[in-house]
Amino acid sequence: MQHYSGFGLLKHAMSHHENWQRVWRNPTPKKSYDVVIVGGGGHGLATAYYLAKEFGITNVAVIEKGYLGGGNTARNTTIVRSNYLWDESAFLYEHAMKLWEGLSQDLNYNVMFSQRGVLNLGHTLQDMRDISRRVNANRLNGIDGEMLDAQQVKEIVPDMDCSANRRYPVMGASWQPRGGVARHDAVAWGFARGADALGVDLIQQCAVEGFEIEDGTVTGVKTTQYGTIKAGKVGCVVAGNSGVLADMAGLRLPLESHPLQALVSEPIKPILDTVVMSNHVHGYVSQSDKGDLVIGAGIDGYNGYGQRGSYPTIEHTVSAILELFPIFSRVRMNRQWGGIVDTTPDACPLISKTEIENLYFNCGWGTGGFKATPGSGHVFAASLAKGEMHELAKPFSIDRFNTGALIDEHGAAGVAH
Amino acid sequence: MFLIYCPYCEEERAEEEFHASGEAHIVRPTDPESLSDEAWGDYVFFRKNPRGNHHELWQHTTGCRKFFYMTRDTATYEIKEIYKVGEQPKVATAPAVPNKYDQFSSEQAVKK
Ligand SMILES: Cc1cc2nc3c(=O)[nH]c(=O)nc-3n(C[C@H](O)[C@H](O)[C@H](O)COP(=O)(O)OP(=O)(O)OC[C@H]3O[C@@H](n4cnc5c(N)ncnc54)[C@H](O)[C@@H]3O)c2cc1C
Ligand SMILES: [Zn+2]
Repeated sequence: MQHYSGFGLLKHAMSHHENWQRVWRNPTPKKSYDVVIVGGGGHGLATAYYLAKEFGITNVAVIEKGYLGGGNTARNTTIVRSNYLWDESAFLYEHAMKLWEGLSQDLNYNVMFSQRGVLNLGHTLQDMRDISRRVNANRLNGIDGEMLDAQQVKEIVPDMDCSANRRYPVMGASWQPRGGVARHDAVAWGFARGADALGVDLIQQCAVEGFEIEDGTVTGVKTTQYGTIKAGKVGCVVAGNSGVLADMAGLRLPLESHPLQALVSEPIKPILDTVVMSNHVHGYVSQSDKGDLVIGAGIDGYNGYGQRGSYPTIEHTVSAILELFPIFSRVRMNRQWGGIVDTTPDACPLISKTEIENLYFNCGWGTGGFKATPGSGHVFAASLAKGEMHELAKPFSIDRFNTGALIDEHGAAGVAH
Repeated sequence: MFLIYCPYCEEERAEEEFHASGEAHIVRPTDPESLSDEAWGDYVFFRKNPRGNHHELWQHTTGCRKFFYMTRDTATYEIKEIYKVGEQPKVATAPAVPNKYDQFSSEQAVKK
């Protein structure tokens, strides 16, 4: 692997940047692997990377039906935070946060992780009580968080309308300074490059269309391009398509797939240097380094696989943002798109074994899994490597929906992000 | 953006007037007292999530407020049929793994 550095940049400038090495190989798959990961999004690629790097399992393939990162990984609004209410989720997302903090160095790839802070606004007394409870829970768990009043919010985001005469006045917020944003496609590329360098085969343009299952044990995957590929273990990390893969294996998952949309404006001068989220008016916004406002909100209510949603949802999103920032009313929107998010009844992921031996699922991240990418990959890799779920992953098993041990994060994760 | 025909108002109206209420034809357990935790979990939390035709329950929330059914393709978003509560679908759903406890399954409901 070519090491990236300032010096390298200078050296390549001499040859007009025409001699850069390809970032990863494009191999033909082998007949058999120790582990096959289905889905080349951030979570699948991170899993492959940590399998090779931390657990020495390098005979690994990632099978992706489209292109690497082309699913939700490069469709999200890139918000990273770890201020979840319940211990189980707080520990999982904080595990990810710690990995984010060293990720660019670890991968030798600039994922542009920017800890510009995340505000979760409160607009009612009940909001403020919930925020106070969550901030206190976070602090007890060693996660940074502060309660701010409207005046303090105004100091951080001077251009937001925090006046008391709004329909939904800003009464305060939780503030996680370590939260922020990252460049989402760079995250997929960084993990892909790292995994490839350690020997992982990245197979693109090839869909998994079935499983080979013998006596209740998975032994391989059937693919559209290369027939059957044998596998010791199979990890499915296909987000919105998890239900489709579960169907292929004869399993049911407590998931429904919904479109989630995002939009970006034309680039404007720097106006917002943090992330603003509001559950109550239901929208969130940040500004990218290019200058465009990155905006998102809630899912479309119906099930869908179409990677597009409806206009009424966009209208609600934009009106929520204007409630907070009337100053944006003349900004034009440039692009809009949708991803398919796999939502669970308790708004927490499924990181789990299944009834089929050696077949694992890591899904259900729904509207908020980008922030978990390195942590999710790490705990999933550990679980695949050891054949036993990682401590942080254990509470997220599928059978919590039969035992009743739900991790109800709708309060903290009520807004899609 | 959907234009949805409300079978009660007998008019096509914009999507915003409606609320999608999820999988249709889920049958309540007939003998709740004897249900295992697993069966309860399945009834409450596990939904069909097909890529293709799906039987759905919708409500005309800002219109007549009545519930009705729709068969819709979740990949193309095409609405295949609309029918009233009490009526049966004519279009089958995409193949999906049936509920383990088939007293809840829509196939069963359709047969009944
Ligand atoms: C609009 C939007 C905004 C969001 N905003 C945020 C946010 O601000 N913060 C946050 O934390 N999260 C956010 N999320 C959620 C986040 O994007 C996801 O939880 C996360 O990216 C999931 O990553 P993944 O790798 O599991 O899935 P994906 O990136 O979707 O990867 C799954 C891959 O599997 C592939 N695949 C599917 N079926 C098959 C098959 N049969 N064979 C082979 N490959 C297959 C797909 O092509 C895809 O590339 C947002 C999501 C959306 C859509
Ligand atoms: Zn009506």
